[in-house]
Amino acid sequence: MIDKLVFTVLNPETIRKMSVAKITKTDLYDQEGYPIEGGLMDPRLGVIDPGLRCRTCGGTVGECEGHFGHLELTRPVIHVHYAKLIHNILKVTCRKCGKVLLDEKTKEKFLKGKKSFKKLKSLVKTKCPYCGEEQNKMKFIKPTTIVEGSTILSALEVRERLERIPNEDLIYLGLKNVRPEWFVITLLPIPPVTVRPSITLETGERSEDDLTHKLVDIVRINKRLRENIDLGAPDFIIEDLWELVQYHVATYMNNEITGVPPARHRSGRILKTLTQRLKTKEGRFRHNLIGKRVNYSARTVISPDPMLDIDEVGVPLVIAKELTLPIVVNEKNIKHLKDLIRQYPEWPTINYVIKPDGRKKKVIELNKNEIADELDIGYTVEKQLEDGDWALFNRQPSLHRMSIMGHRIKVMPYKTFRMNLTTCPAYNADFDGDEMNLHIPQTQEAQTEIKLLMRVPLNIRSPRFSGPIIGCDKDHITGLYLLTHENKEFSRKDAVNIIRNCDDKIEIPDKKTFTGKEIFSIFLPKDFSIEYKAKCCKGCKKCLKEKCPYDAYVKIKNGKLLTGTIDKNGMAVFSGKILDEIDKQYGHDFTKEFLFKITKLSFNILTRYGFSVAISDTDLDQKVIDKTHKIIDETKQNVNNLIKDYKKGKVQTLVGRTPRQSLEVHIRKELADSLNKLAEEVERNLPYNSTYIMATSGARGSLVNLVQCAACIGQETIKGQRIKIGYYKRTFPHFKQGDINLESKGFVKNGYKQGLNPFEFFFDAMNSREGLMDKSLKTRHSGYLERRLIGALQDLKIEYDGTVRDSAKKIIQFVPGEDGLDPSKIQKGGIDVGKIADRL
Amino acid sequence: MSEKSQIDYELPKKILEEINNIAKTKKLSATQKNKLKERIIKEYEKNSFEPGEALGIIAAQSISEPATQMTMRTYHFVGTAGIQVTLGLPRLIEIFDAKKEPSRVVMTLYLNKKFNTKEKSEKVAQKITEKKLRNYIETISLDLTAKKIKVKLKKLKKSEIKDIIEIVKKKFKNYKIKYLKDTISVSLKKDSSIKDLQKLKKKLLEVHIAGIPTVKNVIVIKQNNDWLIKASGFNFKEILKFDEIDKTRSYTNNIYEVMGVLGIEAARNVIIKEIKDTLEQQGLDIDDRYIKLVTDMMTFTGEIKPIGRYGVAGMKSSVLVRAGFEETVKHLVKASVTNEVDDFSSLFDNVMVNQQIPAGTGMFELIAKMNEK
Repeated sequence: MIDKLVFTVLNPETIRKMSVAKITKTDLYDQEGYPIEGGLMDPRLGVIDPGLRCRTCGGTVGECEGHFGHLELTRPVIHVHYAKLIHNILKVTCRKCGKVLLDEKTKEKFLKGKKSFKKLKSLVKTKCPYCGEEQNKMKFIKPTTIVEGSTILSALEVRERLERIPNEDLIYLGLKNVRPEWFVITLLPIPPVTVRPSITLETGERSEDDLTHKLVDIVRINKRLRENIDLGAPDFIIEDLWELVQYHVATYMNNEITGVPPARHRSGRILKTLTQRLKTKEGRFRHNLIGKRVNYSARTVISPDPMLDIDEVGVPLVIAKELTLPIVVNEKNIKHLKDLIRQYPEWPTINYVIKPDGRKKKVIELNKNEIADELDIGYTVEKQLEDGDWALFNRQPSLHRMSIMGHRIKVMPYKTFRMNLTTCPAYNADFDGDEMNLHIPQTQEAQTEIKLLMRVPLNIRSPRFSGPIIGCDKDHITGLYLLTHENKEFSRKDAVNIIRNCDDKIEIPDKKTFTGKEIFSIFLPKDFSIEYKAKCCKGCKKCLKEKCPYDAYVKIKNGKLLTGTIDKNGMAVFSGKILDEIDKQYGHDFTKEFLFKITKLSFNILTRYGFSVAISDTDLDQKVIDKTHKIIDETKQNVNNLIKDYKKGKVQTLVGRTPRQSLEVHIRKELADSLNKLAEEVERNLPYNSTYIMATSGARGSLVNLVQCAACIGQETIKGQRIKIGYYKRTFPHFKQGDINLESKGFVKNGYKQGLNPFEFFFDAMNSREGLMDKSLKTRHSGYLERRLIGALQDLKIEYDGTVRDSAKKIIQFVPGEDGLDPSKIQKGGIDVGKIADRL
Repeated sequence: MSEKSQIDYELPKKILEEINNIAKTKKLSATQKNKLKERIIKEYEKNSFEPGEALGIIAAQSISEPATQMTMRTYHFVGTAGIQVTLGLPRLIEIFDAKKEPSRVVMTLYLNKKFNTKEKSEKVAQKITEKKLRNYIETISLDLTAKKIKVKLKKLKKSEIKDIIEIVKKKFKNYKIKYLKDTISVSLKKDSSIKDLQKLKKKLLEVHIAGIPTVKNVIVIKQNNDWLIKASGFNFKEILKFDEIDKTRSYTNNIYEVMGVLGIEAARNVIIKEIKDTLEQQGLDIDDRYIKLVTDMMTFTGEIKPIGRYGVAGMKSSVLVRAGFEETVKHLVKASVTNEVDDFSSLFDNVMVNQQIPAGTGMFELIAKMNEK
C-alpha cells in the first residue's frame, strides 16, 4: 500500500544518480535502424519493442518501467513553471549577499503572521540590512526573462544569486527542503523511452512521440551551442543559441505559454508536451488517474420485462458465457466444478483455470477432460455467469448513487439486458434505445458488499428526499386506478386468475364475487392502516372524507382498502404514500415483494381488460366549444381595452415600472385569469375516457395538456414574456408595426386538435425551440456544478465519533445534518413522535 | 449499540421537545413518558447515520441530480412589484460561487410597529432611496466658450435648494461655483478641454444628494399584516441604522453584506435560506441536511468560501486531489516547492493509485494478528 507521496524538486545530484545514460547524440537510429547509444532512444533507457530485453535491468516490455537518462546543458536555463517564483525570490533577497532583506525584528514578526510573497514584498527594505548593498528594481518579463534595473539577468547569473541564499532564509521564501538554484536547469533529466514510445507504421517507418521530437530539438541546439562556444563564436550568436535552448526547454515543459509561439510538428500540428499531458479533461489526471477502465463488464441495449423481479437483471446468454466469476476450488465444490468443466461448451461452464502459481489456462474442447482431472484444491476457476450471481447494473449519466445498483443475474435468450420497470426512474432509463452497463465483481468481498449494501431493495428510499425512488410509474398507475376506482365487480374465476398470476401462495377468501378494492387488499399486510387523499382528489372546500363522490379519500384499515382509489399518491415513485409507509414498517425486502406483486396485478388488469386512447378522447361538446370561444373573445376584448387605456395614458402604473411594462403585467394577469377560467370550463366537460383517466390518476399527462389539445393553447412565451422578436417592431410582416394586441404577440387561440394557423404554428415552434436551447445549455452548467460540488465535498465522511470531518480531520459538523438522522432511512419529516406514542 | 448507549448521548433538542409536548397533550405518566423516550431513542439509533458514510458525496449528488431539472429561465418579478430576482440554476450557481456582488440584490425591510402604516412606510421608502443631483435637475447646459456648466434645478423648497448647493460646493471645492436662486454654475479653468467639461458634467449628475448610496427600486408592499419595503442596493449596514426599521426581521440576499454586518452565522443562515428558496421555487425536493452541509463547508472557516477552485475545492489537503480537480500544473509546482506530502487520506488520491478509499467499508483496517500457517 502506498502510504504517502512526497513532492519535491529534482536536484542535479539526484538526476545524475538516477541517470543510466548520458545523452550526447542528436540522431536516434543508425543506418540499420537500431537505436544509437547516447541518442535519445538509447537502449539503456528501457524497452518498447516486444521481444527485446532492457539493457539496464534485463526486463521485457511490461516488466521494465524504463530508466532516466540525462543531458548536460551547455548553459543553464530557467524552468518556465518556476520563473515567476524565481523573480519573487530575487526581489526579496540581497543582490550581493543573498540574504532576505529583512532585519531580525521584522523577520520574527513575519514568521508569526501569514506568509506570502505579497506581504514579504511590502516589508522588504531597499538597502540590505546585513551588507548594506543598495538594491535595484527587478522586473519580470513573461515567460522567463528577469531584468534588474535595465540589464537582463542571464540564467547563469540568476543561478549564482540563488546559490548565495543561505539555507536559514529559505523559510521566509516559503521553500522547504528545496534549494532555489534547482529552479534553474543545468542537468535535464531525459525521460525513459517507455514514457514516449515510438510507433512503427505499416510502411515500416518509425513515428516518434511529441516528447522525443522536442528533446531532439533541445539536444541539437544544446550541441550547437557547445560547438559555437568552443569555436569562440561572437557573443551575439551564443546569446541567440542560448535563448533558443531556453525556448526549447520551456516549450518542452509547457507548449501553451502565453506570448510564446507554440512548438509545432513538421505537419504544423502543435506538439503535446509535458504540461499538456497532465492538464485538462483529456490529461493524465482526469482521464487516466481519476477515470479508470475495467474488465469483466458488458454493455448492451435494455428492454423491459415486467415478469422479472425488481432486483433481477436479464442477461443475454452470449454475455453470460463471456463474463466470469472467479471461484476458489475447495473440498465442497471440486466435484461440481469438475462436472462444469467436463460439460464444456454447454453453459454454464468454466472458461479459464488458474493454477496456484498464477498460470492461466483456457478450457477448450480438446483439453477439457485433462483440465478437469488436473483440477485440485487451491486452484481458481473462472465460472460463467449463472442465475443468482450478483452484478452491478449501471446507466450513465450516473448522477446519484441509485445509478449503480446490485441486481441478481437471470440468464435469458436474445441480446438485450432485461429489467423490471420499477427501477427505471432510479436509473432514469427508458427503452428508446438506451444502453446500460453490467459489472461483475471479482472478489468475495465485493460480491458480499453488493448483496448487503447495494442491492435494489436497499435503494428504494432515496437519500435525496427520503421518499421512494423505486415504485409504480405510468401504466402501473393506470392499472391500479382501473382496479380500485369505485366498486368494480370481478367474478371468482376472474379474481382468482388475476391473483394467482401475481402470487401463487397467497390465501384467497372464500367469496363468490370480489371488488377491485378487495383484490388489492389481499396483497396488503394484515395489520396495515393508512389514510390520505388520492391524486384524483378535486380539492373540495369541505372534504367529505369516506363519502367522497370522486372516491378520492383512501382509507386502509387492518390491511383492507375500505374507500378511495389507489393512484399516483398511493403507489407511484416519488409520491407513493402506501409504498413509503410499507417500506418504513415492514422493511425493504418485504416492500420489494409487495411492489413486485402489485405491478404484476396492475399489468394483469391492463392486459385483461385493455386500455387504449383515441384522438376522439379530447372531443368536446359544441356547447362547450362555443363557450370557450366566448371566453377567448372576452379576453381579447379585455386586453384591447387595456391597450386602449394605455394609449390614452390611463394605464394604472405599478411602482418601479414604466407604463408599458405595467401594461404587460396587466395583460399577463388578464390572460392568466381567463385561461384558468377556460381550463376549468374544459376540465368540467371533458368526457370520462382513457385519456382522462391517465391525467386524473397521475399516470401520464396533465389536465393542462388535455386543455391544450381540446380547446386552446394560450399564450406562447419567450423568456417569460410575450413574443416580441422578429421584424422591426412586429413579429410578422402582416401585422402593423407597434401592434401589441394578442394575436400579434404570440397568443394561440386554437387547440392542437383543431390545428394551428401558420402564424400560431410558428409561435409554438419558437416556444419549443427555446425549450430545446434551454435544455442543452442547462446540462453543461449543471454538469460543471456537480463536478465542483463533488470536488468540494468529496472527502467529507462521518467518523466513528459521529462528527462530519474532511480528510484533514477538520470538523465540519458536530452532528451530521444537525439531528444525526439519515435521510435514506427516515420518512419525510424525521421521526414521528406522535405516531410512536399512539402505538404504545 | 451498547457502546453508543454508554456514551449516553442526548436526543436532538427538537425531538426531545416534541416528546415533552406529546407527553403533555396526551397526559402521559412519568413511566409512560420514559417508555416513549426509550422507544424514540431506539428508533433514533436505528435511523442515525452510520460511521463511514460518505456524506459529502451523497450531499453533492443530491443537490446536483435535481439541478439538471432546473430551468435556465433567469428572471422573475417579485409579486407584481418591480424588482427582478435571479432564479433557477443561474441563481444556484451564483450562491455556490459566493459572488461578492450577486446580480440582483434585494433587501426586504420590515418596519417597527410605529411605522407600520402605508403612509409612514412610504415616507421611509422615500428617505432611503438614493437621490443624485440628476434627480433634482430641470435642465443642464454646457457653455463651451466660457467652459461653464449651468444646472437649473427643479422647483423645490428653498431649504432643499440650499442643501443641494451646500453639497455641491463641498464636493467641488476646487471649482468656481456660483449660484443664483435655483441655478448653479460650475466653471472650469479657461485652458481645459471640452472633454474635461463632459467629464465634469457626468460627475455633477452623479453627485449624491440624499438617501443611501446604491439603494434603488424602492417599493412598498403589504404582506400579511406588515408593510414592507423591498429595495435593491448594497448598503444594509447604513439602512439598519434607521430607527424606523425592524432590525430583527430585515433581510438582504447579499451574503457578504450579511456576514459583514451580522456575522458568519447569520451569513450561513442566509445561504441556507437562499438555496432553499431557489429550490422550492423550482419545485425540487432536497433534504435540508445536505443544504446545511454544503453551507457549513462554505462557512466553517469563519469566512465565506465559494465552492470551486478558488474556494473549498482549492483548499483540500491532498495535492493529488487538487491537481485532479482543476489547475493541475499550478498545484503540482506549488507542492514541489513547499515539499508537500500527500498522505492518501482522501478519496480521489486513493482512486488514482488503485487503493481502497478510506470511506464506508474501506474506512477501517483489520488489526487482528493471525498466525500464518
